[in-house]
Amino acid sequence: MTEASPLRALNRDVSLGLADDAVRGISPLALAIHRFLLWLRSPRPYLMIVGFTLFIGFWYLAVEVWKLPRFSEMPGPTEVVREWFSRNPTYGLSVFTPEYYLHIWVSTRRVAIAFFLATAIGVPLGLFLGWSERFKQYVFPVFELLRPVPPLAWVPLAIVMFKGSETPIIFLTFLASFYATALNTMLGVESIDVSYTRAASCLGATRWQVFRHVIVPGAMPFIFTGLQISVGVAWFSLVAGEMVSGQYGLGYVINTSYTMVRYPTIVIGMITLGIVGYVTSAAVRFVGDHLMQWRTRELALGGDR
Amino acid sequence: MSAQPATARSYSAVPAQPLRKGGVRIADVVKVYGTSEAGILAVDHCTFDVPPGEITVVVGPSGCGKTTLLNAIAGFHSISSGNIYLDDELLCGPRKLKAQPGPDRIVVFQNGALFPWKTNIENVTFGPIMQGLLSRAEAYEKARDMMADAGLRGIEHNYPGEMSSGVRRRVEIVRALMNDPKILLLDEPYRALDSLTKSVMHEALLEVFYKNRVTIFFITHDLEEAIFLGHRVVIMTTRPCRPKKILDIDIPHPRDYSVLTTKRFREFMDETAAAVHEEALKAFAAGEKER
Ligand SMILES: Nc1ncnc2c1ncn2[C@@H]1O[C@H](COP(=O)(O)OP(=O)(O)OP(=O)(O)O)[C@@H](O)[C@H]1O
Ligand SMILES: [Mg+2]
Repeated sequence: MTEASPLRALNRDVSLGLADDAVRGISPLALAIHRFLLWLRSPRPYLMIVGFTLFIGFWYLAVEVWKLPRFSEMPGPTEVVREWFSRNPTYGLSVFTPEYYLHIWVSTRRVAIAFFLATAIGVPLGLFLGWSERFKQYVFPVFELLRPVPPLAWVPLAIVMFKGSETPIIFLTFLASFYATALNTMLGVESIDVSYTRAASCLGATRWQVFRHVIVPGAMPFIFTGLQISVGVAWFSLVAGEMVSGQYGLGYVINTSYTMVRYPTIVIGMITLGIVGYVTSAAVRFVGDHLMQWRTRELALGGDR
Repeated sequence: MSAQPATARSYSAVPAQPLRKGGVRIADVVKVYGTSEAGILAVDHCTFDVPPGEITVVVGPSGCGKTTLLNAIAGFHSISSGNIYLDDELLCGPRKLKAQPGPDRIVVFQNGALFPWKTNIENVTFGPIMQGLLSRAEAYEKARDMMADAGLRGIEHNYPGEMSSGVRRRVEIVRALMNDPKILLLDEPYRALDSLTKSVMHEALLEVFYKNRVTIFFITHDLEEAIFLGHRVVIMTTRPCRPKKILDIDIPHPRDYSVLTTKRFREFMDETAAAVHEEALKAFAAGEKER
């Protein structure tokens, strides 16, 4: 082969072009900053601001300016914001009252426990469901029968089964999360291209090594999709549980504020739920990006080109 | 590297004598998918030899059963009857219809199967580490040498997803060679590449072959690729597949791209094009019927 063969040219490309330190030495933090700057330069943040403005503007106009009939009982944005940031809130709950944080803490703790349990049980179950056809034949029908039962329908049994008010709420919160995690994990395993397991067995991996080095990491993207859904539905069913029993928590705040006619506090509870819920899903996404560098980098490169 | 003691494995050195290993004999193999009455006959009493230390290229129309045959050799699925031997050892036969997959026969897949969640070097070292043949440090050292040899220096810690598909294929071939396989089974590895990259890949593959003298079983439906690479070209009929024509390409190795313009190459193309075209037409007609 001559020196001028195109192979040589390609080799040079490989060692100069792709081994770029900018790609190799990328850290999650640098990547986050890079992404944030990209985001600032894209139209997205500005569209987002427009979206929020339109939403709050409509709320303001409908309630406080036009006073539309349907909205007559609704608190307007100025009233909510004034109450929320008041040192001396009319209805007793604002960012300056310790109870506000107690409610957030109690709810977050319940979600965290339920989410942790759902992950600890759901991921292994999903992995085995996807990995072993036999296991799936035993377990999946029961799973599919229980899954459509909404968490609210479990309330009476949960209260009968578990003592106190804390455990039933955690149980309800756990349920939907668990289904989401287990199901997505199973789909993740099933989505793995058979070439990967075949390649691994060609290379001499045992069945257990295939599980450890192919099945688990291969299902990871789906697992994290599942976990993000899982935190979302955890908040969802948490509020349902808290509305039924308990003395603390954001769901409890919303429910009692309704019965006690403290309408601005309802909205404060709702907005707080939205924010805390968003933060928890962002945290899950962050952990996922961290654990799946290969994917993060692929996506980062894809986004750059 | 030549200064290394004799215990070092001669993975990157040119073997003094070409190693004559990795010959495969396919004897009267039949593969039916599904039950024999309602099944699809994919391979029909197929018999041919893959000579050791040579490149054998199988050409056939899409869907004729080439991958089926390769999967049977690799041990990914069973055959229905017949025998397959590797260096006179039975891989699969009537009493053991499915061969055991193993590092003596390594497949490079149609769509590539580097693990995207492992870096290039983790992929390359996967075989010896899983088999417990080398320690991590030894495997990494060997991998670095082999990747450098193949012109893949500096991308060890990148993920496959960051590479072009041509580079990924070369990494995948190095991953296979790390295990000193007797035979490489390549299933249309360059199908998705543009023609320029493809020609580079062909020369790179030949270079690997000259260096390692590993037997290569190569599937394609590109006739030009087949004649350029192969010592032997097996033209398959449309499904069910069996050899229609077996040619020994007497163009001397080492070859490079100037071969394409020689008279002898043209003669081989002319001799085979009609046969391949005929089978392609049959495959097309059969496809129309099935629809
Ligand atoms: N698991 C399977 N079950 C049933 N039929 C199958 C299965 N795998 C392949 N076939 C059929 O067997 C025939 C041969 O398939 P095979 O994949 O071996 O073809 P191929 O020559 O590799 O084709 P291509 O060039 O498209 O890769 C095809 O008609 C296909 O539909
Ligand atoms: Mg195929």
